[in-house]
Amino acid sequence: MGAAVEVADLRKLYGDFVAVDGISFEVQTGQIFGLLGTNGAGKTTTLECLEGLRLPTGGTLRVGGIDPVTEPRKLRSVIGVQLQTAGLPETITPAEAMRIFCAYHRIAPRNDLLNRLGLTDKADTQYLQLSGGQQRRLELALAIAHDPRVLFLDEPTSGLDVPSRAELHRLIRELRAAGTTIILATHDMAEAEELADRVAILRAGQIAVIGSPRDITSKGTGFTKVSVRTKYGSLGTSSLAFPAVEHHHQEDEYSVFLSSDIGPTVSAIITFVDANGDSLIDLRVERPSLEDQFLEIATTGRGS
Amino acid sequence: MNAFAAHFAFEFRTGVRNKTLLLLNYLFPLGLYLMLGFILPGLNPFFQEVIIPGMVVIAVMAAYLLGLPEPLVGAREKGIFRSYKINGVPPSSILSIPSLTTGVHTVIVAAVITATAPILFDAPVPVNWFGFLVTLVAIMVATAGIAVVIGVASSNSRVVILWSQAVFIPSMLLGGIMVPYEDLTPGVARASQLLPATHAMNAFRGLAMGEAADFAPWVSIMSLLACGAVGFGLALFLFRWDSHDTVRRGHPALGFLVLAPLALTLLF
Repeated sequence: MGAAVEVADLRKLYGDFVAVDGISFEVQTGQIFGLLGTNGAGKTTTLECLEGLRLPTGGTLRVGGIDPVTEPRKLRSVIGVQLQTAGLPETITPAEAMRIFCAYHRIAPRNDLLNRLGLTDKADTQYLQLSGGQQRRLELALAIAHDPRVLFLDEPTSGLDVPSRAELHRLIRELRAAGTTIILATHDMAEAEELADRVAILRAGQIAVIGSPRDITSKGTGFTKVSVRTKYGSLGTSSLAFPAVEHHHQEDEYSVFLSSDIGPTVSAIITFVDANGDSLIDLRVERPSLEDQFLEIATTGRGS
Repeated sequence: MNAFAAHFAFEFRTGVRNKTLLLLNYLFPLGLYLMLGFILPGLNPFFQEVIIPGMVVIAVMAAYLLGLPEPLVGAREKGIFRSYKINGVPPSSILSIPSLTTGVHTVIVAAVITATAPILFDAPVPVNWFGFLVTLVAIMVATAGIAVVIGVASSNSRVVILWSQAVFIPSMLLGGIMVPYEDLTPGVARASQLLPATHAMNAFRGLAMGEAADFAPWVSIMSLLACGAVGFGLALFLFRWDSHDTVRRGHPALGFLVLAPLALTLLF
């Protein structure tokens, strides 16, 4: 399987402001690719150039082998888009929106998607009267109704409650399993870490780091957090020194160690507890998350 | 159901569901019709003669000039056009379908006015129904063309109101509805030929009501139809999907060209 999305040296200027500054990446067919970044980092502009909504200032783009700049009509049948800031007419109902947009795609209305996304009861309710979550679900249903090869989701879970979010995640995984390539722009690091095969973190219009969530988190300078609770609190003294531990402090009943190499650290802690006639009640290891890495890049600008 | 039919059905229902459009399509013109019909003939006998064509022209202008441009600007500002673009809805449908559905609402109102005015206000009825229909279609086409140009060329909702009223109010006052064309001073009369209402009233008088037209009525019909055609052409040319789109195909001031066919009648 080849690349479903190819971006080479994409640049986008708004007047003198550089929104996207020469970014390049590829997304393989059937992958979920996460675009992360703070507000104004260039995520939405990048997506909108790929979706044919913005003309790039420079660079080349291919989506499903189609150039969004020169072949916008062909692009419509290949892509599905849930925009971050898009609306539907206030008076339109989900049933009407599905009927109209499917008709423009020359397919029968996909009312099964309204059912799947919990909108059957609201099929005849006007868009303005839907909750924010229901509006997002309707926009998603419309985006996938024509079985696009490439799906762009911009903050898809924004405003969704927990069950709706879980259902959306299930749907996204099903789409990937069916071979749909998905580009997901999100602020939600847990979501990106959970769903994305690869992510790119944008900063000031450039890619600060790109790779799988595991690769990116392993590249960080963040420490692994080891929290230990013992029966007699033998670890509750500040003078302890364990291998690879950079910092030690107390959080309620837990002694917390920030370790750059957890193997020697955990081994030494267990040995110490045994040697002091104490016993473990709880031991937790928390690896640096994508969010930790994101915050590090966003605040320091450090990337790979 | 094909895309055009599905989109048309939705837009038609919007004309009734949306309270503002319901007001402008039905309540405002019919309310004004009743109010003016009961009050004005006693003060201005001329109005008695033109109740049917005059109120039909007012209904057309209210629905198109006051009702059509603002939803176009609002849809662009709210990102609705972006959703349309993503899903393959072409600009021609975005502009033409609301124009057509507004036309249906307007025809209903025109029918109510035409059917009731002779009974309620002893208004003279058209003597040539073909001429009446041709003139009705011509003023609808012209006003729709002007309305879509205002909607596409205006940068925001406040500007829309300004331009819509700039056509609507002079049309009411100088378009041959409140004051006969021949009573206008020569300068004002010539200026009024830039208004679609003037040509519609001229054509109604000459082609439908069995009266003498002030100037060639078929020239008025042709200029109204040309105004509509130019308007739709300009609107398609100036159309933008996005309020923040910095790429424009032409300056919005090109929109004034929609009045060129009406201005050309000054040569005849």
